[in-house]
Amino acid sequence: MTEASRAEVCVVACAEAWRGDGEILASPMGLVPTIGCRLAKLTFAPDLLISDGEAYLLGEVPLAGPEATVPVIEGWLPYRTVFDVVASGRRHVMMGASQLDRFGNSNISCIGDWAKPKAQLLGVRGGPGNTVNHATSYWVPRHSRRVFVPAVDMVSGVGASRARAAGAAASRFHDLRVVVTDKAVFDTAGPDGTLRLRSVHPGVTVEEVQEATGFDIDTAIAGVTRLPTAEELTLIRTALDPDRRRDSEVPS
Amino acid sequence: MSDKTISIGGAVAALRSGMTVGIGGWGSRRKPMALVRAIANSSLTDLTIVSYGGPDVGLLVAAGKVRRVVTGFVSLDSIPLEPHFRAARQAGRIELTELDEGMLQWGLMAAAHRLPFLPTRAGLGSDVLRVNEGLRLVRSPYSDAEELVAMPALRLDAALIHANRADAAGNGQFLGPDPYFDDLFCLAAGLRFMSCERIVATGDLLKEGPVQTLRINRMMVDGVVETPGGAHFTSCVPDYGRDERFQRAYAAAAADQEKWTDFQQRFLAGDETSYQRAVREHADD
Repeated sequence: MTEASRAEVCVVACAEAWRGDGEILASPMGLVPTIGCRLAKLTFAPDLLISDGEAYLLGEVPLAGPEATVPVIEGWLPYRTVFDVVASGRRHVMMGASQLDRFGNSNISCIGDWAKPKAQLLGVRGGPGNTVNHATSYWVPRHSRRVFVPAVDMVSGVGASRARAAGAAASRFHDLRVVVTDKAVFDTAGPDGTLRLRSVHPGVTVEEVQEATGFDIDTAIAGVTRLPTAEELTLIRTALDPDRRRDSEVPS
Repeated sequence: MSDKTISIGGAVAALRSGMTVGIGGWGSRRKPMALVRAIANSSLTDLTIVSYGGPDVGLLVAAGKVRRVVTGFVSLDSIPLEPHFRAARQAGRIELTELDEGMLQWGLMAAAHRLPFLPTRAGLGSDVLRVNEGLRLVRSPYSDAEELVAMPALRLDAALIHANRADAAGNGQFLGPDPYFDDLFCLAAGLRFMSCERIVATGDLLKEGPVQTLRINRMMVDGVVETPGGAHFTSCVPDYGRDERFQRAYAAAAADQEKWTDFQQRFLAGDETSYQRAVREHADD
């Protein structure tokens, strides 16, 4: 078996976000987090609930290739039910972010002045509600100073500093977990809940990560992101993403 | 039971400039596009549109009908960013009330229940509170004393939704996997219009799907419009999926003024019949 690609390391790093979460709704946004989430469910996190991205809960991970399966539907999850789950807290979302600051405040709404933005993006979507209600992680496919900025232009996802400032109701269920990028993994155990470099992906240096990040990062405990196991590589390559779509999100 | 069937033109004629209009569906899914197209071709102006936004918002913004959009996002789903909405925001041409998706639901729910507001955690700590100066917090009167967002009722002058099936009395049926928030839009509105793929006899509704699909009852509807293909190019499963090829053409045209003029002339300048004909010709290209 050929060695793991960067995209495959990222898939496993995303999967690790859901380790130990138990029986909750896992909501990945984007391709690599979706493959990662399904890998987690197939291996070390079998109790996770996953959706088809529309309105069904899938009882089994849909598999491609020789073991292709028609997914079993185990439940109904229209949007209003998703909002109920959000408020109940039984969910761990991995969202994208166009901007992130060192406290994990994120922005998917717009770039520039909100009143007349330089670039209108998606809007805040469910970010404000997600981040004050349940576990949240982020996936950043292109780690750069454009994304990791000193201050985001519009706080759509609430980070540690904003949750603290907004008081007990905002921080009570605030639970920012990890930020996975194409270069590294951060947790939020830095001073005052700031991002802390947990690991760099194999072949990436700490200096490279610091250079691509627009604020100083705590690198004291930084290790190396673990490689996928042989079982994980086989699942990714034959059952979850045989067409290698992951390579378009994270080129090798 | 009274017959509430009405033409597209009849429904649009009941609307007034300056109204707050809620539009059902979600993103590029089951949008009442035939009604939206007719509004785009009407003399209405100065509308406030409340929507889980998709091409409904885009088309109305492009037609210059919109003063303000109230939403959590505007997206074409398979194409993440709606080009008309994007351009209008970047040019400062429209006002925006930007809310968390759950806050929007809560605002509709408050209006539906005739409450001034409903408390929610969503919005706390985010810039939604910064850009919406009118939003207020409310302190729990119980021992927890939590300070939460008081999401105000989003009262609608009118609501527009699209169903798979309906009867002439205004009972509506969704056959796809998600009812979205169409019932809430109707309950929050003064004037309620439902377009549908097909009007069937009341006694035939349960031949189409189980009783749980009858999400809309006739108390919630003032007018029913039969518009086959009326959600095109958004999805209206199981009747039809999203017309991805057409949506790509829409998005490409929207990004360029000259192309948009051509697109507008070819598809949108006439009535719904001529739109559907032009769509069939486009499919055969």
